[in-house]
Amino acid sequence: MTQTRTRTDYDVAVVGGGLLGSAIAWGLARLGEKVAVLDEGDRATRASRGNFALVWVQSKGLGMPEYAGWTVRSSNDYAAFVDELERETGIAVSHERPGGFHLALSEEELEARALQMKRLHNQTGIVQYETEILDAAEVKRMLPDIGPQVVGGSYCPLDGHVNSQQLLRAFHIGLHHNDAHYLPGYRVEAIDRTAGMFALRTPLGDVHAAKVVLAAGNANQRLAPLVGLRAPMRPERGQIIVTERVQPFLKHPVVTVRQTNEGSIMIGDSKEDSTDDRGMSMNINATMADRAVRMFPRLANLNVVRTWSAIRVMTEDGFPIYEQSHTHPGAFVACCHSGVTLAAVHAMTLPSMIAEGVLDPALVGAFTARRFDVSTPA
Amino acid sequence: MFRRLLDTPQRAVTVTIDGCTVEARLGDSVAAALLAAGTRPTRASPVGGAPRAPYCMMGVCFECLVTIDGVGNRQSCLIPVAEGMAIETQTERREAGR
Repeated sequence: MTQTRTRTDYDVAVVGGGLLGSAIAWGLARLGEKVAVLDEGDRATRASRGNFALVWVQSKGLGMPEYAGWTVRSSNDYAAFVDELERETGIAVSHERPGGFHLALSEEELEARALQMKRLHNQTGIVQYETEILDAAEVKRMLPDIGPQVVGGSYCPLDGHVNSQQLLRAFHIGLHHNDAHYLPGYRVEAIDRTAGMFALRTPLGDVHAAKVVLAAGNANQRLAPLVGLRAPMRPERGQIIVTERVQPFLKHPVVTVRQTNEGSIMIGDSKEDSTDDRGMSMNINATMADRAVRMFPRLANLNVVRTWSAIRVMTEDGFPIYEQSHTHPGAFVACCHSGVTLAAVHAMTLPSMIAEGVLDPALVGAFTARRFDVSTPA
Repeated sequence: MFRRLLDTPQRAVTVTIDGCTVEARLGDSVAAALLAAGTRPTRASPVGGAPRAPYCMMGVCFECLVTIDGVGNRQSCLIPVAEGMAIETQTERREAGR
């Protein structure tokens, strides 16, 4: 293979080829921008390849009501966005929004859940959407396979899921269709600015662009200061168990258990403070599997075919960051945990703001990185 | 469709495929025994219901899944036959917990 080494000037260089960077880059390319996507190699942690693939609304936004609004917007825009992406690329990404559950295995868990939902929705200015606490009988009407230990749960009709691997693949095919350049192995070491152009220094050569979007996940912490921005990150490790494929029976995704369009059961959602994705904690896998079987006893005899750990992209406070640099206008940073859930707004809403050079304060003003400055001692 | 390359000196092993007694050879994988016995298809895909049969014979494609001694979805290309083994095809779409 030959590397693209032409001294091309791009309108926008997007740093990061995961779900966030690919979504923004695809959106920009569809607006007619000349786009390069700079990605690391296979040794990068690649959160987009390890995720659980929920398009999830309930429980998002406690502590920042604007995040709930941004999430609901993406959930509502998802079907139209997927139609566009599938029509353009011919890749089925298997998006569904049947409504999702958070299940409780004890009265204490259910009370804690109900309290959390109440606090979330009591926040001033939060977007209104349907969500309810159901008892076991009500849950059973929608999820007939729950076990006797399920005492109830929370339900939100906006919740859904997607095939996130096909989503990432579709973005990359879409990038190609729109003449964007995908540059693997271009790990950005330094960014210089001369005469209104950014020069991104990489081991495989320099890339020149009028604008830069940093969408490199946890690596944004290192990259953002190169253009006068801040992106404080707090990576987490999560583990996932995947079973053999079986006839579809789980009609609704549960936050820790879902059945993929291909029939596999995925079990996940652990959280650990670790940045090592080469190992996993077997006691955590045992707990996840035990809870999944108590929720759905039919899972007990299924064969496990894969488990893995992956590093979550997580900002310091868990909420997204979208910011344009004051010292380096034209340089943007984008960070978020939920690259799957927010894919619709990242592909359809954010790109026009970046193309116009102004982030709309009404839509994304709350996600400024300046919120981290208040805790910094003067 | 399949026949053995040569008369192997391996001794015969008796297994059952969907309840019928079949003679295999010591050292056969279950998938090889199924193919030698002419059993096709060996399963239905769990979502689409399409007929499937052993394909890669080396543990990567998961097409050869069958029930062996009561345990479902075993990779038959990775498991040697044993005397008295009960092999069942999965021509009904596999359900969890059934």
